[in-house]
Amino acid sequence: MIRINCPYCGERDHSEFSYGGDGSITYPALDASAEEWLEAVFQRENIRGVQTETWHHVSGCRQWLLVERDTMTHEIHSVHAAHEGIAKVLEAGK
Amino acid sequence: MTRFSAWSVFRNGFKDQSGWTRQWRDPEPKKHYDIVIVGGGLHGLATAYYLAKNHGLKNIAILEKGWLGGGNAGRNTTIVRSNYFMPGNREFYEHSLKLWENLSHELNYNVMFSQRSHISLLHSPGAIDASARRYNTMRLTGTPDAEIWDLNTLKQNVPHLNYGPDSRFPIMGAAVQKRAGTARHDAVAWGYARAADALGVDIIQNCEVTATTRSANSISSLTTSRGEITANKVGFAVAGNTSRLWQMAGFNTLPIESHKLQAFVSEPLKPLLDQVVVFGVGGAHFYISQSDKGGMVFGGDLDWYKSYAQRGNLPIVQDVAECAISILPCLGRVRLLRHWSGVMDMTMDGSPFICKTPLDNLYLNAGWNYGGFKASPASGWYFADLIANDRPHDTIANFNLDRFAQGVSMDERGAGPDPKLHG
Repeated sequence: MIRINCPYCGERDHSEFSYGGDGSITYPALDASAEEWLEAVFQRENIRGVQTETWHHVSGCRQWLLVERDTMTHEIHSVHAAHEGIAKVLEAGK
Repeated sequence: MTRFSAWSVFRNGFKDQSGWTRQWRDPEPKKHYDIVIVGGGLHGLATAYYLAKNHGLKNIAILEKGWLGGGNAGRNTTIVRSNYFMPGNREFYEHSLKLWENLSHELNYNVMFSQRSHISLLHSPGAIDASARRYNTMRLTGTPDAEIWDLNTLKQNVPHLNYGPDSRFPIMGAAVQKRAGTARHDAVAWGYARAADALGVDIIQNCEVTATTRSANSISSLTTSRGEITANKVGFAVAGNTSRLWQMAGFNTLPIESHKLQAFVSEPLKPLLDQVVVFGVGGAHFYISQSDKGGMVFGGDLDWYKSYAQRGNLPIVQDVAECAISILPCLGRVRLLRHWSGVMDMTMDGSPFICKTPLDNLYLNAGWNYGGFKASPASGWYFADLIANDRPHDTIANFNLDRFAQGVSMDERGAGPDPKLHG
């Protein structure tokens, strides 16, 4: 069982969360070229090792998180709020 | 190679089984081959066999980083079916099923293919209508054994299911493919290996590709744990780890994510279930059959997050156990013997790739999602055809990496570009 330390709720089993996908993707502007959208929607680096990925705390606070996780060992290196503004508020409160 | 026959079995019975010879050679890798297939799983072995058999090619090698049958070849639930709906997929998988039907004779090796029927349970009028559409399409396009069963027919054929009116999703009928079934997965690997070896293919185990050398627009040589090997043509058939090899070949991304899928086998039981039964409703996903040794072989969903680890998580064990009890309550006190996990290429539309690549002499076979085992004969057949003729066969015209750019993705499930949803 992977344990994810949610910045809002504390450490929880991964079964409370829903895996989103590759968190390194930045979606292009709506009027960007089809090639840019093709890259963002369909193409993946599929890293074996530490990757940044999104998780949704769907059975908890329902916030999206950015998690650095090793895809071979499942070790988690860091967990942050995905929303930059919320992440800053959380940082300031520490 | 000794040919297997009733007579050879009988004769060796009198000779204390001493007359059997090695099934395939263990050759040292040569410096150069005409064709190198990377990956000694079912797809790679089948490809090498059909290259030699159908196209008369010589000087072929298979490079396998571990041992034959040690990857997903030995980690599946051995189900063979061709109940596909989309053009391309249905012809491909039906061709595969026809190859399965003659495989034991073709390879002179008993792959224990058992056409015991594949039964998908239906739980709502909507599911019956959708299945009628799919199975009618199959009948119209060359798969004659598609049937829809009503509840009474199902009860007569599979009496042990939970038909209770108080079950959460009462069973209303089933979509059935009678020529579908199971095969012994190890025997398929060994059978293809033995037949390919007899046609001169070098099967080189414990030989991991660690780097490639490019010259101009092709791969000039492969660096392996057993030395440098050059080849005129190179085929990749390493589903699960395709992205890593792709990056070794100097590329970056693919429409693939690696996910793990678990499978389970129970302690052996007396004969209980004559068919493959599939249960999928309300978020459940479960498939079960009984092996010839009596073990109940079953599986469910992916582990729901990307992973290269060949080990499964416990929430899915619980999920699969709940599914098992939902449709076969009689399994309640059966003990689990083993469970294991394999790493699979999950693609953006749930369909595979057998295609040329941006490099002139590199060919790709990848992206088998949940369907790699049943596909392996046709996968090898069409991949060999592609490598030998340097052009895709009409049937696999859309099995390429460009289909997303062209807007012709083959999304059998209609789940959209999220690999983990194409189970």
